[in-house]
Amino acid sequence: MKKFLRIAFICIMLLALYLPILILAVYSFTTSANIGTIHGFSFQNYITLFTKPELADMIWGTVILAIAAAAISTILGTTGAIGAFYSKKIPSGIVGAMNRIPVVNAEVVTGFAICILLIVVLGVGKDTFVPLVVGHVVLCSPFVYLSVVPKLKQMDSSLYEAAMDLGASPVQALMKVVLPQIMPGIVSGFALALTLSLDDYFITTYTKPATFDTISTYVVNATKGSQTEIKTALWALSTVIFLIVILLVVLMNVTGRNKENDRKGEARG
Amino acid sequence: MNGIRFTRKQLCIPYALFLICFVVAPLLVIVYYAFTNGEGQFTLANLSGFFSSPNTIGTLAYSFAIAVVTTCVCLLIAYPVAYILARSNLKRKYAIVMVFVLPMWINFTLRITALKEVLTVLEGNLAYHPFLNSVIGMTYDFLPFMILPLYTTLMKLDNSLLEAANDLGANRAQTFFKVTLPLSVPGIISGIVMVFLPSMTNYVVLDMLYNSTYIMGSLIGSYFAAYDWHNGSMIALILLFIILIFTLFTNKYEAEDAGGRGGALL
Repeated sequence: MKKFLRIAFICIMLLALYLPILILAVYSFTTSANIGTIHGFSFQNYITLFTKPELADMIWGTVILAIAAAAISTILGTTGAIGAFYSKKIPSGIVGAMNRIPVVNAEVVTGFAICILLIVVLGVGKDTFVPLVVGHVVLCSPFVYLSVVPKLKQMDSSLYEAAMDLGASPVQALMKVVLPQIMPGIVSGFALALTLSLDDYFITTYTKPATFDTISTYVVNATKGSQTEIKTALWALSTVIFLIVILLVVLMNVTGRNKENDRKGEARG
Repeated sequence: MNGIRFTRKQLCIPYALFLICFVVAPLLVIVYYAFTNGEGQFTLANLSGFFSSPNTIGTLAYSFAIAVVTTCVCLLIAYPVAYILARSNLKRKYAIVMVFVLPMWINFTLRITALKEVLTVLEGNLAYHPFLNSVIGMTYDFLPFMILPLYTTLMKLDNSLLEAANDLGANRAQTFFKVTLPLSVPGIISGIVMVFLPSMTNYVVLDMLYNSTYIMGSLIGSYFAAYDWHNGSMIALILLFIILIFTLFTNKYEAEDAGGRGGALL
């Protein structure tokens, strides 16, 4: 009985978490403009989603921005983490402390502060996309840094020394010995940077060019607008993203399990 | 090339410069703007303005209340979920945890849109119960951030301690309150850190649910819209101050894996 209650509790919580998304998914395949009444089955929302230029622009804008921001953040965060790891205690402590600021800070404050510095004080135009990219890199790179540092700590430091003794230059030793060992941290840092950039609203609103929209800013404006066509097309977008996320998680779990099996195999061999 | 000797430490320089220019400098500029007026003269008017206006003080109190209630609700839901999952002998419990965390990867504005549609069907006009709907919206948005740190901490719990408590005659309730709960404090603190501050500042959730923004973060938004950088900076500074106190207070207890949001997301 107790076990049943526990499982029931978990199921109810999951249902509460997923019900809105699932209901929206069902309605995205109908012609209804409101939840509650189902009229007819239709792919119209999906056709709008993929054919309306402003929707396509905003989706591509979001994706390109996220990839660019994640790539820059990964380079900066990784080099920063390696450098700080090999630096003396005080400089590495300072970098670590500065790195923590955007992590604990509210995104509203981060976004507003960057806007004030770059746009108000320095007069950088929003249309140059510089404030937007800088803002997203500020948001993402600390998390890359944080996911690389533990891998550096786990690393066997004698391997680097060995590579140097065997005649590798510092650059070679870094690229061929250090980098492969911290690769998992870099990859998860990159993935994290992507998700943070994709999800961001606050930094984007304070730094974006007036005509540019990411999914977040676009959706917020659309919920205030009265265009039904756009509103229901966003239901379709939510469903598409939901399916992509499920696919990615399943893929990650499958490949993760394979890797684990490989490792077990190696250990046995 | 021979002149410049490459060392590993120097790799740190670009990132350190970046942080100084775009993390530290903006905060200094905020401090400067908060204590000056339009003519660039030093003034405390922005500060006294904040504490003498019933509107801003009311907003501070209201967002504080939302944040406290949201954090408590999240904790009350997330703790049993994490506890059941961590203590159960289900084979695929990690997969179930993933299912709980998965919504975090869907853009939060789209999730709130979905929630809004459902709540509108249930309640009608959402503006009739602003506080309730704010808490529901924030809880819906931030619950996964609370579940994951709790689950991680409860998973690490040493089973032998529970057995020892049992052997020494503690009943289940005693074991829970005297062993499990104290040992899960780091996870609770991590969860609170990840829920409390966002629910104090994430005004978009309220804005989307019922077009109201009576919360701390939104003050910055409205000053931003009015090009009032000085008062906006003061609000940002006050938020920074709250965050600083909060961080200093929680740093002592927080779990070691300080990935924060990062730890929760991956």
